[in-house]
Amino acid sequence: MSPILDINNLYKSYGTTEILKDINVSIEPGDFLVLVGPSGCGKSTLLNCIAGLEPITGGAISIDGKDMTHVSPKDRDIAMVFQSYALYPTMTVAKNITFGMKVRGVDQATQDKKLAQVAAQLQIEPLLNRRPGQLSGGQRQRVAMGRALVRDPKLFLFDEPLSNLDAKLRVEMRTEIKALHQNLGASMVYVTHDQIEAMTLATKIVVMKGGVIQQIGSPSEIYNRPANLFVADFMGSPAMNLIPAKAHRAADGTRIEIARNSGGPIVLTDTKNRDLPEDVILGVRPEDIADPDLRGSDATQAADCLIDIVEPAGADTFAVMQLGGKHVTARLHAETTAKPGHSKRLSFDLGKVSYFAPETGLRLN
Amino acid sequence: MSDLSMSQATGQNRTGKIILRWVLYLALGLFALFYLMPLFVMITTSLKSLDEIRTGDLIALPRDVTLDAWRTAWSGACTGIQCEGVRPYFWNSILIAIPAVAISTLLGAMNGYVVAQWQFRGANIIFSLMLFGCFIPFQVVLLPMARMLGIMGIAGTIPGLIFVHVIYGLGFTTLFFRNYYVSIPSELTKAAKVDGAGFFRIFWSIFLPLSLPIIVVTVIWQFTQIWNDFLFGVSFSQAGTQPVTVALNNIVNSTTGVKEYNVDMAAAIIAALPTLFVYVVAGKYFIRGLTAGSVKG
Ligand SMILES: Nc1ncnc2c1ncn2[C@@H]1O[C@H](COP(=O)(O)OP(=O)(O)O)[C@@H](O)[C@H]1O
Ligand SMILES: [Mg+2]
Repeated sequence: MSPILDINNLYKSYGTTEILKDINVSIEPGDFLVLVGPSGCGKSTLLNCIAGLEPITGGAISIDGKDMTHVSPKDRDIAMVFQSYALYPTMTVAKNITFGMKVRGVDQATQDKKLAQVAAQLQIEPLLNRRPGQLSGGQRQRVAMGRALVRDPKLFLFDEPLSNLDAKLRVEMRTEIKALHQNLGASMVYVTHDQIEAMTLATKIVVMKGGVIQQIGSPSEIYNRPANLFVADFMGSPAMNLIPAKAHRAADGTRIEIARNSGGPIVLTDTKNRDLPEDVILGVRPEDIADPDLRGSDATQAADCLIDIVEPAGADTFAVMQLGGKHVTARLHAETTAKPGHSKRLSFDLGKVSYFAPETGLRLN
Repeated sequence: MSDLSMSQATGQNRTGKIILRWVLYLALGLFALFYLMPLFVMITTSLKSLDEIRTGDLIALPRDVTLDAWRTAWSGACTGIQCEGVRPYFWNSILIAIPAVAISTLLGAMNGYVVAQWQFRGANIIFSLMLFGCFIPFQVVLLPMARMLGIMGIAGTIPGLIFVHVIYGLGFTTLFFRNYYVSIPSELTKAAKVDGAGFFRIFWSIFLPLSLPIIVVTVIWQFTQIWNDFLFGVSFSQAGTQPVTVALNNIVNSTTGVKEYNVDMAAAIIAALPTLFVYVVAGKYFIRGLTAGSVKG
């Protein structure tokens, strides 16, 4: 099967400012691709380029095997949901949804049928005769989705569709979008700056920074094997602990030394990763520093740590300590005995650990 | 004790407020009177006979109300050698103003839409140049414009005057619409493009329906400008195509012998009626349109 979307060596500049640099992405039919990155990194610009709303400076875009680089938006067989929803203010909800069909000269009977179908799917039948101004944020969001769904395109494009909703509604709509994707089997490109949204929705994630792709991979790849310090820090909440450490070769693996404020360094042994340079940055997820009684891989080792802060968060309790000169967060269970100012024995699971080069920030293992 | 002093204080406060309010009303009333005085004199004078004007008091109410002056002003007063009143010129003004207002408003809307929503190379420069056009004094364009009209073969005609007013008004109408349309999120245009709508479709189906407040502002502005224009009217017309402002001037200035003040006043009021009418009908939209914020979907 040919990829549904294929972007090759895409460059985009506004005047002399380069916004997107050498973008290469390709997705298969049915993929849910999430573009994630901090504000201003060029996500919307990339989406607009895919839609054909912005001309590109270099490279090529093809959709479903056809070169679309110079094709106008209406002929790309796409539908787009915008951050501001961009509903037509003077038209009713029904007219908003059918506008595209009307423009393309679809006959009235088909329009009515598709409208009814989409309205039922999104449960917006009671709203059809209202104007956008008379709708709540969540309802507008649904209408914007309806306008995209009714098109039944090859590719859906979403630009931060949930960012204007309150937290609770956002989680609900997230689930709904995921269900929609599963039911339709449609291909989607979804832009967000929210890494949790990215993790929960995506089948494939593209992490961007400053117009450059940092990593492409499945959510678990991105989470477990971040390609560099930026991705490691950006994806996951609380963020991955990035601890400066020293690595020494030993007979049974690699000794990892982490400086402590009091007492000697913590020394852990990594049996899997060899040939590390002396200076490394150790990347450990908070859940890999846990109460010792908990499950863990056979790479688990214990060490005493002085706890500075304890933050109960319901299901978990987060403990913050100082290691290698950095704040390090551990995810402990809710009834943990950890107390601020007291030492606590914690187990370090090196099974999924990441190492980065301090100078380049690139992954070493 | 403290309760009492409190209520006294608030009582004093309230009387103070009431007095202040009445002072305000009085001041406003005086101003209104001051500004309405000329209109009052015009109306009463137009309803008097010439005899009564000569013998009576300027601000007295008419003893015998007569519409003779209005009749003469409308269809009998002399503007030079012809004595047809302002009627033919009134129609000229309508024939000039209505198309000129409609065309300049529509073109202004289109220009504003292009400049605000279709960011092409040089859009800002073009807009600045159009803005500059707003500040060019009438007198500067008179000669070049006369030459242009001559070349185009529409000198002295009503289409010629329409052309002049459209050109001169475009700077303003473009400015109004551009400022209104820049507040409309560009995602609206993008959504419509994805939906398959083109340049004109987006304009007609999405932007024009949003524009009622600014259309009203522009129409009032343009109508007032064009209807009240004298300089272009007197420069680019010839006998038979003069607008009402020019006719009014001729009536007032060219009567030989006795000055018919009542006819002059009636003619002046007739000439001013359409702008008055537009303000009364659309005035509240004018204020609303000027202060209207962005359109939130
Ligand atoms: N029309 C434009 N002209 C110039 N620069 C722009 C334009 N649109 C966006 N940019 C710049 O491109 C960068 C990326 O913007 P955008 O794609 O909107 O970021 P994101 O959606 O990731 O927050 C920003 O630095 C922004 O200032
Ligand atoms: Mg964006």
